[in-house]
Amino acid sequence: MKQLWLTAKLDIVESLRARWFQIYTLIFGGIVALLFLFGLTESRVLGFIGLSRLLVTYIQLTMAILPIFVLITTVRSVAGDREAGVFEYLLSLPVSLSAWFWGKIVGRYIVVFAPVFLAMLGAVGWATVQGIEVPWNIFGYYTALLAVMAMCFLGIGMLISAIARSTDMAQGAAFLVWLTFLLFLDLILLGVMIQGKVSPEIAVTLALANPLQVFRTAALALFDPQLIVLGPSAYVILDLFGAEGYKIFALAYPAALGLLSATIGYFLFRRGDLP
Amino acid sequence: MIQFNNVAKTFRRARVLDGISLNIGLGERVALIGSNGAGKTTLIRCLLGEYTHDGAVAINGLDPRSNRTEVLGSIGFVPQLPPPLKMPVGQLIDFSASLCGTDPQRIHAIAKRLGLDVENILTRQFVRLSGGMKQKLLISIALGRDAKVLVMDEPAANLDPEARKIFFDLLAERLDDATMIISSHRLDEVSALVNRVIEMDMGKVVLDDQVADAVSMTATLACRIVLKRFEPAFAKALDGWNISSSDDSLTWTGSIAGPDRLRFLGIISRYTALVGDLSLAETGN
Repeated sequence: MKQLWLTAKLDIVESLRARWFQIYTLIFGGIVALLFLFGLTESRVLGFIGLSRLLVTYIQLTMAILPIFVLITTVRSVAGDREAGVFEYLLSLPVSLSAWFWGKIVGRYIVVFAPVFLAMLGAVGWATVQGIEVPWNIFGYYTALLAVMAMCFLGIGMLISAIARSTDMAQGAAFLVWLTFLLFLDLILLGVMIQGKVSPEIAVTLALANPLQVFRTAALALFDPQLIVLGPSAYVILDLFGAEGYKIFALAYPAALGLLSATIGYFLFRRGDLP
Repeated sequence: MIQFNNVAKTFRRARVLDGISLNIGLGERVALIGSNGAGKTTLIRCLLGEYTHDGAVAINGLDPRSNRTEVLGSIGFVPQLPPPLKMPVGQLIDFSASLCGTDPQRIHAIAKRLGLDVENILTRQFVRLSGGMKQKLLISIALGRDAKVLVMDEPAANLDPEARKIFFDLLAERLDDATMIISSHRLDEVSALVNRVIEMDMGKVVLDDQVADAVSMTATLACRIVLKRFEPAFAKALDGWNISSSDDSLTWTGSIAGPDRLRFLGIISRYTALVGDLSLAETGN
């Protein structure tokens, strides 16, 4: 356990000094600042006003940025460290491979999640000072959603890093994974399925295998519990899970996917050449 | 102590190690030499448990891959190229010391002997240090614990002659209780440090020979060079060596570390036409 925390701490310190982290923090802090600046808390869309409106917009933007950012920065730094000889040296020290791999994940997870969460927390703090009502249920669920989103894409990023032997390959693979998820968001997928006369259940199941789609639908469900904007797909989803069931699924499935990817990555990492 | 039994490693279709079998005993100081691509680094990485391979590697009977913490706890490693770590020097020392179960002050003390004042650079990023400072720090981390095996890849390449002398002294202090494997492209860089030479080529051991152990690592040689005429390039070449000139810049005197004699003569050989007289005399420890 001591080795794991030492490795996690090491990764945190390395990340805090990396350029990507500074840009990453700036982006999420900047989004919240801009949303306040443009008076989003004063606007009303779909009945949302105040901090709820801001949080809804924030999570939509986060969903667009966080996956690709986590994927690319994870594979770049892990594969880059391997290429640059960091693994050769640090893995010559007496640290177990499990402590090293999971320690890196823990450290990286803290670094990836903290700016996103702190930006949101900052918004809540500012709203409290301004006397704007804080929707704690939305804040709590969005926090959980962001936490599993970070876990999911970090796990996938670590899996790619374990497979790819060079930074270029790792980056290419990460981009391809993200693009695949993006292309198979509901509209494209459903369009293809309808043309191919596939049953709606299969189409929706395939769509919900895509973590990006799961997050998107879960975020929608908070301000549109009947998922009216999804059209007929909503019937299948709500029949299958129910409104509360889907909220739980949206947390459990991506978390499991991230953990499974990380675990497969760990076994591949352990089995192969380390540097 | 260290056994390589028919070790082979293939990257895609390239066979980088081809059936290496070696036994290295306690107290042996091995020079692992060979040209680029000979397989030295791959062999070292197999020894450190970093590469999977065919055949078996064992240190005190333990496989370094499956007994990582136990085996690597007894190995001090200095890589050829310092890793580009962004962490501060202080954290690197604490991290290594904590994993290796040693006191960070031991690492500080060795660094100080090598001429590196760690206290002043604790908050500086490792990657921002000069090449020589990085090398001194990595040597300090490797030697600042009770390592039974020292694996060093071109360890003194970036050190100035003064630091090299201290480095040799530090190695001399570990002669009785450690096995050393020192990798280098050139034998003259490490010849005085070792008592066995293993040369590799195309993944195979092509030479495995014992070396006369006559050169003491702590010996010092008094040196005197008389030039026929002064040449600024000569003075520049001796910059950093503990040698100074008389008023007319024709007579140069000083001392050099015993294990550095071959390296020193290599430098002087470039100016053979200038040298009128040269003497090197062992002055003892």
